[in-house]
Amino acid sequence: MRPFEYVSAPDVATAVRAISDAPGAKLLGGGTNLVDLMRQDVERPTTVVDISGVPLTGVDELPDGGLRIGALVRNSRLAAHPVVRARFPVLAQALLSGASGQLRNMATVGGNLLQRTRCLYFVDASAACNKREPGSGCDAVGGFHRGGAVLGASEHCIATHPSDMAVALAALDAVVEVESVRGTRRVPLVELHRLPGDTPHRETELEPDELITAVEVPASTAAATSRYRKVRDRASFAFALVSVAAAIDVQDGAVAAVRIALGGVAAKPWRAYEAERVLTGARATEAVFREAAEAELAGAVGLPGNEFKIELARRTIVATLRQLRVEGGAA
Amino acid sequence: MIEVELRVNGTAHRVELDPRVSLLDALREQLGLTGTKKGCNQGACGACTVLVDGDRIAACLALAVQYGGREITTIEGVAHPLQRAFVRTDGLQCGYCTPGQICSALGMLAEADAGMPSAVTEHLAEPRVTLSSAEVRERMSGNLCRCGAYNGITDAIREVAGARPGVSS
Repeated sequence: MRPFEYVSAPDVATAVRAISDAPGAKLLGGGTNLVDLMRQDVERPTTVVDISGVPLTGVDELPDGGLRIGALVRNSRLAAHPVVRARFPVLAQALLSGASGQLRNMATVGGNLLQRTRCLYFVDASAACNKREPGSGCDAVGGFHRGGAVLGASEHCIATHPSDMAVALAALDAVVEVESVRGTRRVPLVELHRLPGDTPHRETELEPDELITAVEVPASTAAATSRYRKVRDRASFAFALVSVAAAIDVQDGAVAAVRIALGGVAAKPWRAYEAERVLTGARATEAVFREAAEAELAGAVGLPGNEFKIELARRTIVATLRQLRVEGGAA
Repeated sequence: MIEVELRVNGTAHRVELDPRVSLLDALREQLGLTGTKKGCNQGACGACTVLVDGDRIAACLALAVQYGGREITTIEGVAHPLQRAFVRTDGLQCGYCTPGQICSALGMLAEADAGMPSAVTEHLAEPRVTLSSAEVRERMSGNLCRCGAYNGITDAIREVAGARPGVSS
């Protein structure tokens, strides 16, 4: 690991000043991703601003029934929160399906959103990777890309975003609150991460000197009947090949409201607007679920090692909706 | 170098640290507490699991400077019926993963006591946890055992869990 200057920030104001003053600085929360990547020589911060002591650890109910989640709430604490379990089950399930017990106790909400891809060629400092080293090429396209993207990818990058939590938050219409020396702004979670295009090294809409301070999840009628379904190579402690976060409100056999997001298929949590369009107002039947899944994956493009994900994603969408229809009592 | 007070197993140590040093390396190399093992050194195997204020974490991904003043427990600070249960059930062969398994299991039992659900918990809102074999395996998935002593490990943990109030096996 390369040497760096260590700065411990006790509060938000100190933290945003420190990252503003030191170009090349990185924020350190739980460290589960950053410390590993620094050891692999993938991340090379000149300054590390430790924000693990900043008091952004509250989970507060909003007057409208939504939730405000501090950026430094540990993943395990958020998953165990009684309101999350009762009213936003998709979020609790997504958190619990990520990483391991040890890592969930360390990882923060903000860090989870900003974690880097686990693409084998990104984490290998000797491989060609346009995300890590712009213009160097992409070894994943002609290499081992089982985990690669099938939606929104480009010839320059097929990396996927690894977070489970972010997929649930995308389905829940979450909003991210961001702070810098210029003030506070709010970014819808679905707009936080960028698709690669020809600039895969630019992963989010955030500026390098911005700090995520909170995530807000609005109240929704559909969230109570919601679920996260994750398909992976092992039963536990593995990243998603495909995952589906879905919330649905069925009234008299028809879909009154539905929110779907996909994980493991794109460089960002993929909000399934096309599927939602087909479903909204339609009968909650198996045929309609399949039609919605087909519509969402219509533009998917696979490579030899990951094209299986396209049909897997369709089937996982249908299976998740079928399960929710039963749980919602509308079977 | 940064001066940090590491509180380990009830004893405070003042140490000078390069900020790059992991908690795992500080425990092993600077404090001589070699019970905590280095396996993968990337958070995947669980051999380095220690307890911080009662929570289990992977010490290899923790920078030691972040943990000043926290109550750290390593295997050297543990004397618990779970250890005898591991021996009784053959929950180990080579033993390299065992300190991490024990510390992780103690953290996991505390999580279960607090009603924390897991990815295999059917009713998320249920405040009481039943530590079935499937629950133990899911909750312990951050600890690998390359000798494959998983059946014994699961049995040992369930045996101890069943003897505790508030958690049923």
